[in-house]
Amino acid sequence: MLAPTVLGVATLVFLLLSLLPGDPVEVMLGETATPADRAALRRSLGLDRAVSDRYLSFLGDLLRFDLGNSIHTGRPVSELVGLHFPATAALTLAALVTAIAIALPAGLLAASRPHSHADRITLGASLVGVAIPNFWLGPMLIMLFAIDLRWLPVSGTGGAAHLVLPAMTLGLGMAGILTRLVRSTVSETLHEDYIRTARAKGASNALVLWRHALRNALVPLLSVIGLQLGSLLAGSVITETIFAWPGIGRLTVQVINTRDYPVVQGCILTIALTYVLVNLATDLAYAWVNPRMRHARVD
Amino acid sequence: MHVSTDTSAPRWRRQIAAGVATLALLGLVAAAAPVLAPYPPAQQDLAADLAAPDISHPLGRDKLGRDVLSRIIYGARVSLAVGLSAVLLSAGLGVLIGAAAGFAGGSVDFWVMRLVDILLAFPGILLAIAMTAALGPGLTNVILALSLIGWTGYARLVRAEVMAVSARDHVEAARALGVSTPALLRRHVLPLIAAPVMVQATFGMAGAIVAEASLSFLGLGVQAPTPSWGAMVNEGRSFLLVAPHLVLYPGIAIFVTVLGLNALGDGVRAYLDVRGR
Repeated sequence: MLAPTVLGVATLVFLLLSLLPGDPVEVMLGETATPADRAALRRSLGLDRAVSDRYLSFLGDLLRFDLGNSIHTGRPVSELVGLHFPATAALTLAALVTAIAIALPAGLLAASRPHSHADRITLGASLVGVAIPNFWLGPMLIMLFAIDLRWLPVSGTGGAAHLVLPAMTLGLGMAGILTRLVRSTVSETLHEDYIRTARAKGASNALVLWRHALRNALVPLLSVIGLQLGSLLAGSVITETIFAWPGIGRLTVQVINTRDYPVVQGCILTIALTYVLVNLATDLAYAWVNPRMRHARVD
Repeated sequence: MHVSTDTSAPRWRRQIAAGVATLALLGLVAAAAPVLAPYPPAQQDLAADLAAPDISHPLGRDKLGRDVLSRIIYGARVSLAVGLSAVLLSAGLGVLIGAAAGFAGGSVDFWVMRLVDILLAFPGILLAIAMTAALGPGLTNVILALSLIGWTGYARLVRAEVMAVSARDHVEAARALGVSTPALLRRHVLPLIAAPVMVQATFGMAGAIVAEASLSFLGLGVQAPTPSWGAMVNEGRSFLLVAPHLVLYPGIAIFVTVLGLNALGDGVRAYLDVRGR
């Protein structure tokens, strides 16, 4: 299903940004541009050709990783995307690590002491994490850790310290979701017979939790992490804007504001295709770690 | 994504009560904004720009000297309008398309589900950003973009439910008695799938409110001078050092609203689980 989905995503992005209501040349150049400038831009964007022609060229170019050139800088879009993508990947991975580092111990703690104060506090905190929008959380974290306490830099790049606040902003929502998932999955697992057997054989509480219960929780966790990675990628648009992080999300907002449509198209396509590939990788990893699916295949 | 947890009866009752109270409060504030707001939301006083909260302006003033409390109260209108409209439009569209796909099966089902797969291949708010970039900013375009994206979740849910319900004996019997397809759907199928759609709609409303605020934060949503909570947070971001109240209070409004709606969704789902058992 990968090829049809990729084709569909590419088609939708093309349609969205090629069949704009109004004249994109007018929008990009403004009212003061000369007819010659307009005609030149129209030609360079291929807008003087039929939509079907443009669509076929778009797909052909895409196969060669040619996403066109920026209207404002003239640089190839693929070069711009390549320049900004690593920063987004680093931020997304840091957010993922943050989310997992919070969710695993918090979820296990809540599951091991159901209906205790620890459980209630963890659950409450996870609900708060899910409900806080990252465009608000980011400025709040800046206010606390960068302005009041002066522990971390406000924004920009320069070292690992610069990644902490953006990763927390992006990752805390996901941490809330994963905490609830770990808690519910581990809670269910703790009632299984094999856990009772392990306890009867003298296994310590920590061993039962980390070795037996958590292992079972990892399978659904992996599936949700894959789905949530897409949210992280989309959330990077806002987080990067808040922290002036030089990733593809911030670039997207910048080029939307300057109406550099070839770059907008390239950025959105790259994020969407990355999401499709991450989902595919998640499906494959899910099949690999899930013994039931693995054995079903062998059978 | 929301994960169900062990839920005892009193807890779902509390969740539903909290959610309904939040929704009622939001509706009341939006409807009675002209009465509740102490000042017109666009009334400027440049001499008092960024003024800290005091008795006459309990939540302070923004960079143009406008009353933050009044703008938050009027901002509830935008959030409620987007939340309700986007949910009604996307749920209506999703139920219609999902029911048609589930009932018709065959090639209709195949192509509808491929379209759903493609739309769901875009992460979260990215497609809304692309659509508002293409359509232009503004309240109507935000609602349109969120509805054109949001129907997919409902369609997938309704299709699966319709397929399951259609195989039941009472539907087969009604079909054998010659009941027309629209009547069959209306009388025998759709009432049975109302509950899961309602749960999805509750979470959908919270999602639409956050999405609108996010788009407005990025400058792609509701445009000035109409007050939107997301745009207010964005405007206040530049003054974090001198006027943190500009970011703090609109953010609390969004947070409380989303928390309440999520609690309502969780509560209704837990109630349905309990009833189902």
